[in-house]
Amino acid sequence: MTTAPTTAPAARRRPTGRIVLHICLIAVLLVMLYPLAWLLATSFKPADEVIASLKLLPSHFEWGNYSTALDGVNEVSVGRLLWNSLLIACGAVLGNVISCSLAAYAFARLRFRMRGPLFAFMIATIMLPHHAILIPQYIIFNQLGMVNTYWPMILPKFLATDAFFVFLIVQFMRGLPRELEEAARIDGCGPFRSFFSVILPLTRPALITTAIFTFIWTWNDFFTQLIYLFEPEKFTLTLALRSFVDASSQSAFGPMFAMSVFALLPIVLFFLAFQRFLVEGMASSGLKG
Amino acid sequence: MTATATRPPDAAPPATGGKRAPKRERQGAAWVFLSPWVLGAAVLTLLPMAVSLYLSFTDYDMFDAPRWIGFRNYTQMFTEDPRYWRSVITTLTYVVIAVPLQLLLALAVAIALKSVKRGKGFYRSAFYAPSLLGASMSIALVWRAIFNDGGSVDNLLSGMGIDIGGWINKPGWAILSVALLTIWQFGAPMVIFLAGLQQIPAELYEAAAVDGASWWRQFRSITIPMLSPVLFFNLVLQMIQAFQVFTPAFAVSAGKGGPADSTLVYTLYLYDRGFTASHMGYASAMAWALLLAIGVVTAVLFRTSRAWVFYANDNNEGAR
Repeated sequence: MTTAPTTAPAARRRPTGRIVLHICLIAVLLVMLYPLAWLLATSFKPADEVIASLKLLPSHFEWGNYSTALDGVNEVSVGRLLWNSLLIACGAVLGNVISCSLAAYAFARLRFRMRGPLFAFMIATIMLPHHAILIPQYIIFNQLGMVNTYWPMILPKFLATDAFFVFLIVQFMRGLPRELEEAARIDGCGPFRSFFSVILPLTRPALITTAIFTFIWTWNDFFTQLIYLFEPEKFTLTLALRSFVDASSQSAFGPMFAMSVFALLPIVLFFLAFQRFLVEGMASSGLKG
Repeated sequence: MTATATRPPDAAPPATGGKRAPKRERQGAAWVFLSPWVLGAAVLTLLPMAVSLYLSFTDYDMFDAPRWIGFRNYTQMFTEDPRYWRSVITTLTYVVIAVPLQLLLALAVAIALKSVKRGKGFYRSAFYAPSLLGASMSIALVWRAIFNDGGSVDNLLSGMGIDIGGWINKPGWAILSVALLTIWQFGAPMVIFLAGLQQIPAELYEAAAVDGASWWRQFRSITIPMLSPVLFFNLVLQMIQAFQVFTPAFAVSAGKGGPADSTLVYTLYLYDRGFTASHMGYASAMAWALLLAIGVVTAVLFRTSRAWVFYANDNNEGAR
């Protein structure tokens, strides 16, 4: 990989170099994909083949793993777990898209006292470790009677606590031409009209990125759910997988990984559908100060 | 704390042009737009920070009122709790292994991808996918299984004559398997590197090539300086994230941080103290120590960055 030419002309000159490059990239990719292939293969393996066999492919496909997984964990069906996960993820998406775009518009396009310091503070909260505020947040939600409900996962999103997305949307809005709002103002639009009718529609790519990332990160989140949810009925798919963590019996391997496939499937589908937004959203987050 | 101690990556507020607007009205509108964020920042960030600072000086178990004990939590942490230091060392080991290797791999693949013409989009997405999947419990469980005794990684290595015998059961190797999971997710910094590479003007390379500069020379004198802001951004972000690793350590050790506390990362111990042992005061002290540590590390990074991070629009010094 170190021999990869950096400049385009060099690459054009040496077709063999290019082939070597592709071979290296594909080799790295195959190694990287192995854990995913293993996960999928294991979800179809009969119990006695899970560990003993070195082969990736099962001797026969054990669909029973999936029907066991469908029954769920702790008497809670997969359908229920899936629904719980969806509820939290969709609530979080709605909250982040609304609250982060509002805050971003103020930071990117409006003039107000204290904007500089507040913006700096907002950026700094991106770096704030979650654990520094975790325990008091827990106490607050406990006082409000919201422990073992989904509110601790959803409510903060409606208050723009994910500064990363505010920053992402600010970056995007700053790229929009200022003449748009000037034209809107001449036509008699106040800041609210020009936000809803002019800026917000144009910000759609950043909003989609925010929505998809929020969905995936909330779906994957383990720590918050571990702390706030304790009733199996309320568990999410991620949390239900936890009960497999404690049980180390290998006979549960097939169903456990079948369940894991259920938990990963929405992310994979989201990724396949929106990969362009995801990859570009991530790329733009690190650029253009 | 970090707010004042460090200079954020983008401290300069965005420019606004809106001149001569009815000032009062615009100000009011801005605060309306900001109100959810202001409420969140006050009630869910600032207030909890203050409360956790207060709790760190108390003995608090969630049921009885907090009892002020001064610096007792901190002295206990630093002088009487070997598990605390164990968790600090474990976390530092993990950060020092995972972050540089992850960024190195990300940079190498990004540079390789830069010169790829066909299939670039495919590669970009394929390398990025683990960054999204890897944070999940599902993949952490896969890791536990393939690095277990008799798991496929173990089998592969003993097939090659290297007999480790189940990474996750061996102190010293277990944390390495967690680090490998993080390195595996190099796609996110890679995508950022790649976008940075594409912003480097091609004329620079052309001029260097005319001057007869070797590939390595071009890499050292053009790519690295031009990419340094992005490198810095990735370093800060990945470091802060790495200090807070939780899920894979939880999964690999079934929530216990074993074997022999070798995967007891900082946040896992914090969770254990606060939510399993109900020592909320102690856990708060740990949280503040983490906050300060991250603040110090970030501040040091920002301070040293002046020596090696080059901003093209500043001036030309350092562009050698």
